[in-house]
Amino acid sequence: MIRTLLSDDLPRSRALTFLLIAIVLCLALAPFLFPGVRTVDTAARICIFVVLVASYDLLIGYTGIVSFAHTMFFGLGAYGLAFGLIHIDRSYLAMGLGTLAGGLSAAVLALLVGLFSLRVRAIFFAMITLAVASAVAVLFSQLSSITGGEDGLTFKLPRSLGPAFKFGTETLDGRLFGVKLNGKLLAYYLIFFCSAFLFLGLLRVVNSPFGRVLNAIRENEFRAEAIGFPVIYYRVAASCISAIAAAGAGALYAVWLRYVGPDTTLSMEIMLNVLLMVVIGGMGTLYGAIIGAAVFVLAQNYLQTFMESAASLVDGIPILPNFLTADRWLLWLGLLFVLSVYFFPKGVVGRLRRGKTVPH
Amino acid sequence: MTAAPEHTPTMVRRSVSELIVPFTPFCLVIFLICAGYLAIGIPSSWMTLTLSGLAMGMMYFIMSTGLTLVFGLMDVINFGHGAFVSLGAFVGVTVLLQLGAFSESPVLWQNIAAVLLSICAAMAVCAAVGWGFERLIVRPVYGSHLNQILVTMGGLIVAEQLIIVFWGPEEIYFSRPEMLKGSTEILGATVEKFRVLVVSLGLAIFAIMRWVLRRTKIGLIVRAGVEDREMVMALGYRLRLVFVAVFIAGSALAGFGGAVWGMYQEVITAHMGNQALILIFIVVIIGGLGSVEGCFIGALMVGLMQNYVAFLAPKFALLSNIGLMVAILMWRPMGMIPVVKAK
Repeated sequence: MIRTLLSDDLPRSRALTFLLIAIVLCLALAPFLFPGVRTVDTAARICIFVVLVASYDLLIGYTGIVSFAHTMFFGLGAYGLAFGLIHIDRSYLAMGLGTLAGGLSAAVLALLVGLFSLRVRAIFFAMITLAVASAVAVLFSQLSSITGGEDGLTFKLPRSLGPAFKFGTETLDGRLFGVKLNGKLLAYYLIFFCSAFLFLGLLRVVNSPFGRVLNAIRENEFRAEAIGFPVIYYRVAASCISAIAAAGAGALYAVWLRYVGPDTTLSMEIMLNVLLMVVIGGMGTLYGAIIGAAVFVLAQNYLQTFMESAASLVDGIPILPNFLTADRWLLWLGLLFVLSVYFFPKGVVGRLRRGKTVPH
Repeated sequence: MTAAPEHTPTMVRRSVSELIVPFTPFCLVIFLICAGYLAIGIPSSWMTLTLSGLAMGMMYFIMSTGLTLVFGLMDVINFGHGAFVSLGAFVGVTVLLQLGAFSESPVLWQNIAAVLLSICAAMAVCAAVGWGFERLIVRPVYGSHLNQILVTMGGLIVAEQLIIVFWGPEEIYFSRPEMLKGSTEILGATVEKFRVLVVSLGLAIFAIMRWVLRRTKIGLIVRAGVEDREMVMALGYRLRLVFVAVFIAGSALAGFGGAVWGMYQEVITAHMGNQALILIFIVVIIGGLGSVEGCFIGALMVGLMQNYVAFLAPKFALLSNIGLMVAILMWRPMGMIPVVKAK
């Protein structure tokens, strides 16, 4: 059954299996294992970014195309959900409709960009998507009457997902293992199961015959074309699928934050984070997304605290504290990124799987 | 012995369309200017916008020409190019502020000397950093586009953060040299003085680059290398050295552009290179990767388009450039003047 769920793509390394099981268990039981606002928040972010990174890996790792517009699709999903909840009503139906609209518009946009720029050369795609994504980000922050501009939009979720909603008060006295049973808990599990569903769906895609063709295109585009696969259609289809998954992740992020804005969903910084997660985890394997997202989000939350204390140690030496203030953590991540592309190109998963032959 | 057959070769006169086609990209700039006139309708504001559009175009040209040559020569795409723009701006402005006496005096030549000196400093620093960047970041990833994009993107982040480390995270506001503030009237249109200086600097750079590329031996090697790298290497030229030189020159030019752009805006931030990078990409894609002329035309078109649209519909300035890029790529999928053979 597990084999079917994972589409017959097992981790193929004992250490990796343990690591993955540990991460998934921690995420599944996060509200009970680590009850606390900040830790549950971290866990929810990890779930969402796993999906976002996995959908990006479908492009960069499996198909070999680099896109910088992934946050655009992420943002479209988030804004779609927000529009649904604001303009229709605060119901699950409106959430679904909004997410659907966001996903569809992401797919259409991916189709347009792909048809138009994947035809020429892969390198154009990277440059064009960078330009398109920044134009969309600027547009979203300027059309303030529709999107709320730089301030973004806050909205109300269905009542049963809010912290004020309590359940199980009669049978369990409102608590389970000391954790309050409220809407926030429901929201977390909604995100967890939706993320798991999307992740398994992506796993299914990359292990299908379609995914094999994508791999063939990555390895040798010319040969794939010669065998008879229309490369451009496969590439466009891959970018549409990954756009839809990214929009789904965006909608989940909006559910968790109860807010959308250009900084949280559309900014270049998110794009860089996703790139880092893909590289750290390992390109070309979706399990890398789980590891990468977990490591990165944890580092993001806790590295800053660590750097702050390091900065106070070197206080008084000129310039040096500037390197270590918490605001400069991107510097260290950038260095880590460059070094890991050089010395660690297959990421954590590639390292753990070293020496294992690929059965296919 | 039979007489040779009658043979009088004649040159077939080329038809008008054949004569025009190679120049269509140049005509597009003029077409855009005319379209701008029709859309705006007020001659004086059209003049002002056209001149400032040309000035911006010149800056984009200076910033992007290095990138396009580097790509043409070695098939290396450098996402870190934007870092040199920021670095150039910060070094240039720092030097300009140091030369306070020169830039505050009301003598024109002293002001221009201050500007030129700070540009030279920016170019020198960017050239040195460019050399290091090539060594450390670009060299290990030759031949793999995917890794190039990732690594140079990482280099861009690190460089941007290092600028913040040394100059602080705040935006730096400053004012231009005394005599280059304000505007003059040319043919009834108000034109900022600094823009005139920028246009002349840009034209000078374009002329020098054309001269170097068309009239010198090194230019010949560079152009040949862009067209067919392996052939030039087979002829015994060490194209790697040429490439390093072009990379350094391109970084220095990006620094030049950044310094001028910083002075143009009178405010600099560490992120300005990031914003410039997007426009630089649009310019080189429009122009056709590897082509300096295409880059020049593309830059002028982007600058003009941006100014006209910013006047007519302020919210759609960046979007209009994307539209321009889409239109050009539909017409010529490899850019206006494709030089690099499809690889």
